[in-house]
Amino acid sequence: MTEETVQQILSRYSHRRSALLPLLHLCQEEAGYLTPEAIGQLGERLGLSPTQVAEVATFYDMFRLKPGGRREIWVCHNLSCSLLGAEEVVRRLEEELGVKAGETTADGSFTLRRFECLAACEIAPVIQVGPDYYGPVRPEDIDALLERLQGEGR
Amino acid sequence: MRCWSGYKERGDSGSPNRADMSEKVLTKRFEISGYLGTIEEYLATGGYQAIHRALKEHSPESLIDLVRRSGLRGRGGAGFPTGVKWGFVPKDPTLTKYLVCNADESEPGTFKDRDLITRDPHQLLEGIILASYAIGCRTAYIYLRGEFVAGAVIMEQAIQDAAAHGFLGNNILGSGFNLEIHLHRGAGAYICGEETALLESLEGKRGLPRLKPPFPASAGLYRLPTVVNNVETLSNLPHIVLRGAEWFSSIGTPKSTGNRIFSVSGHVRRPGNYELPIDVPMRELIFQHAGGMRRDRRLKAVIPGGSSVPVLTEQHLDTRMDFESLAKAGSMAGSGGVIVMDDSTCMVRAGEIVARFYHHESCGQCTQCREGTAWLHKTLRRIEAGRGRKVDLDLLMDICDNMKGKTICPLSDAAAMPIESYLKYFGDEFEQHIVERACPFGSGDGS
Repeated sequence: MTEETVQQILSRYSHRRSALLPLLHLCQEEAGYLTPEAIGQLGERLGLSPTQVAEVATFYDMFRLKPGGRREIWVCHNLSCSLLGAEEVVRRLEEELGVKAGETTADGSFTLRRFECLAACEIAPVIQVGPDYYGPVRPEDIDALLERLQGEGR
Repeated sequence: MRCWSGYKERGDSGSPNRADMSEKVLTKRFEISGYLGTIEEYLATGGYQAIHRALKEHSPESLIDLVRRSGLRGRGGAGFPTGVKWGFVPKDPTLTKYLVCNADESEPGTFKDRDLITRDPHQLLEGIILASYAIGCRTAYIYLRGEFVAGAVIMEQAIQDAAAHGFLGNNILGSGFNLEIHLHRGAGAYICGEETALLESLEGKRGLPRLKPPFPASAGLYRLPTVVNNVETLSNLPHIVLRGAEWFSSIGTPKSTGNRIFSVSGHVRRPGNYELPIDVPMRELIFQHAGGMRRDRRLKAVIPGGSSVPVLTEQHLDTRMDFESLAKAGSMAGSGGVIVMDDSTCMVRAGEIVARFYHHESCGQCTQCREGTAWLHKTLRRIEAGRGRKVDLDLLMDICDNMKGKTICPLSDAAAMPIESYLKYFGDEFEQHIVERACPFGSGDGS
């Protein structure tokens, strides 16, 4: 995160605290999670205590306070996706990856996460990885999906 | 299964909609083959003409009046008249005012804003510019749902392109009107769709809703006058400016005007977004546009406006989808997210999923909501797993009763109302779970 980027973000707001979420996003993109050092430095920058930064970071589902996989697999388990088989999709992913939802694979490639409605119910059941949506996902699609994601990860 | 790149989202494969003869307005450009929503494409199809027209022909006051006369009501969930909301903003020119576009689309079953953002971002920007001009704001924010990763990239690019073409910045089109628009990403919290929680979040805090009044129009972002409008609401504005208030209000009913985008999902043959006159009958929406029931199964239940609203059943199919008709039928138009369930659906399981969601998303400020959502989830999970007791049905009604109308924001009501409605229409099914000590649908295997 360069000083120029920080300045550019700060310039969007009349109150510097508003830059907190954008800067937390940046820190997480750089280190993969919010390190205690990053939380401290951000706090200093914005005039907040580490506790104040942490209480905000922990409020939002997307921020991670611990290291995780290189990529996150989000499986929607809300109503429209559940109606069309999301639980079976979660089960198959857990089997194939050898982890429970919420955990990270041993090789550090993936963190599997259940997510609330991802706003893509027209292709339910849906999986989101970064900017991409996969759906409608059938349990038998999981092998091919993981192969594809592993290929992209290399 | 297909991979849908969020960046070029289905520019080539909009929802099939052959049965539909009504005119598309908001999604008109979606039907142009290969349309990706660039500024060149937008300009070539009449884009940004409304800015020219408004800056030349309208004062801020006359623009507010135009929108008031159009009857446009908010498309986010509450359905408040947009022009009236704008009218609450103080006219004092020395006061800083803000416009915030609520792009935090998170209501389960709703996916229209994501389409509007990724497929026609300049239509939204033009709407934001018009709204900002009307209320006298010089800085606007788009609060975008954090999970919309592709949407953020698309929107940033659109903002840059609009500025490069002189639609943003100082002295826009020589009018003396200045405006900058900034994108602000959320980070995964349903509650931030509630407008005061959204403002807290934009101030860099946890998304805890504020006690109202004061309303944002008088004390919003940084306690300054602020208007919060939904993506679809704002996207309507260029069309109202170009075609007039009378054109808009001629669609729909006297109190619910214009087209609306309905997101249809669940057990239908063609789930998707359907832009239709706001008073389309539910039967037509589900059985013509969305292709009817998958595998010709029987329709059991319909959630007509996102998971927060009471469920309806087959007997309500002739209800129209406008605000008043759905209210009369005992539900709400909400966010326009229509979730359709067939007769293979277990309503206890559906209730458990809905309760789990609100439990997860409750911000924890108010006891009734924090505790109530947890108890609803726990009790429904118990019944679904075959461990329910007879008294649990009364307990559920009692919990719901204690959750309604008693909290700072409507999330608590949004959790209680659907559960009450499931018990009302499908009480037998709940009892069956308890008597048989198992889910009759065999679906008690969820998380």
